[in-house]
Amino acid sequence: MLEIKNLCFAVKEGETPLDIINDVSITVPDGKFIVITGPNGGGKSTLARLIMGLERPTSGKILYNGTDITDMSVTERAKLGIGYAFQQPPRFKGLTVRKILSIAAGKTLSEKESCAYLSRVGLCSAEYLKRELDSSLSGGEMKRIEIATLMARKPELAIFDEPEAGIDLWSFSMLVETFKQMQKEASRTTVIISHQERIMSLADEMIVIADGKVKSKGSGKDMLPQLMCEFSPCCGIKMPID
Amino acid sequence: MEKIDKELLQQVAGLHEIPVGAYNIRKNGKSEGRKSTENIEITSKEEGGLEIRIKPGTKNESVHIPVIITETGVQEMVYNDFYVGENSDVLIVAGCGIHNSGDKTSKHDGLHRFFIGKNAHLRYVEKHYGEGEGTGERIMNPSTEVTIEENAVCEMEMVQIKGVNSSKRKTEARLGKNAKLTVTERLMTHGKQFVQSDMDIYLDGEGSSAQIISRSVGKDDSKQVFNPVAIGNNACRAHIQCDSIIMDNANIRSIPEIAANHRDAQIVHEAAIGRINGDQILKLQTLGLTPEKAEKVIIDGFLR
Repeated sequence: MLEIKNLCFAVKEGETPLDIINDVSITVPDGKFIVITGPNGGGKSTLARLIMGLERPTSGKILYNGTDITDMSVTERAKLGIGYAFQQPPRFKGLTVRKILSIAAGKTLSEKESCAYLSRVGLCSAEYLKRELDSSLSGGEMKRIEIATLMARKPELAIFDEPEAGIDLWSFSMLVETFKQMQKEASRTTVIISHQERIMSLADEMIVIADGKVKSKGSGKDMLPQLMCEFSPCCGIKMPID
Repeated sequence: MEKIDKELLQQVAGLHEIPVGAYNIRKNGKSEGRKSTENIEITSKEEGGLEIRIKPGTKNESVHIPVIITETGVQEMVYNDFYVGENSDVLIVAGCGIHNSGDKTSKHDGLHRFFIGKNAHLRYVEKHYGEGEGTGERIMNPSTEVTIEENAVCEMEMVQIKGVNSSKRKTEARLGKNAKLTVTERLMTHGKQFVQSDMDIYLDGEGSSAQIISRSVGKDDSKQVFNPVAIGNNACRAHIQCDSIIMDNANIRSIPEIAANHRDAQIVHEAAIGRINGDQILKLQTLGLTPEKAEKVIIDGFLR
């Protein structure tokens, strides 16, 4: 279980501190499929980065399975079973797709095993294994490899930061199927930052983050129609947000 | 063979035992063993050094000519000539390993000249490596001259990863009609090491092409200077790419140069120097690696 308690993160803009995350408290139970959504610039990605340890909070606590991980390094959190797929994965000259999948898995993967992960994100596998993670790959290919990497890692808690960004429609359908399978796995907790209705429709729980705060949260079943309504001006239902 | 000899041979030539095919092993300035084959003849030149003649049409054979220096204070200069016959397809593995446990400078300078006949294909691998607990310097200054005739292909891989205090590398290549050259250079320097690599590539023949890829990592207080030059004297294509990772207090200069003396010459260069991106380290940390291990994986991949 992941517990986020009164988490704050501020950056300095000149002399004045600017709140990016402002007193956020969330509990993510084991085995759930959680979707975090909300307007751009609202703090979703920062929250995900704080959970993985890529940013350090100004105040507040993060507990994972009862252990305070607030001051732990990224490596320590990874070893505890937290995984993270970057919104914009970095490129590496010389590092091959097969190598990064093996690093993620913590063992040398066979060609067949590596291919299986790539197939799940719609990449025709064998030809990709020797490719380097450099600028010869498109943004969409990098994103799909990033998702495959997190699958090979098999973390207890997987965090995906906008996995759909930069992915074409055909591959997106395949991705939704992959996430559907993940949603069924009770042993795995998944937190996805997304704006996509088809991903949101898989959510056990949804959290809306805006202006650095939790604006609303609830079950996916209840929240999704309300959110869709917000985006559709002709809808007569009263808006739940604000 | 002694343990140190075996280790050096493993580092510079990937050899675990006496190689298959033609070979000459040179240790501390003397030949330790030599074998010619039906198609590949190795002889000593009167003025010193070796002459290696590969018969036309020789396919899938290899020549290993490693040099190892295990005594402190050995200084040598060798001149080796390679004649690669027409229509042949061979691998030549050279390289020098110095183990210096004393306080005197050990130095290996060499001039390798290659004459690659029409339609031949040569793959040349040269690795330089130094080790030893002594204070004596380990110096290597390799010069390479390549003449590539019509339709011949030459692939060169030159590697210096560890332990060489000072190195001045000079490579000169001349390409005939439709000849093709690829050079991949991989260098890593640390401590107070210095390396300079100059390359002059003359694309003389119509339809000739060259690709020069130089990747380097500079650590600690080391210094590196790269000056690859491609000169297009005919309708030709060339691409020079210099890429360096800079760390600590290292100093790297990269000066790719291109020149065209023919209106159908197409020559491109690109050069980049930068430190390891913080996001790359973080990405690998999210996969459970420590920052130190992540750095190693990034460098190993880059110099692969």
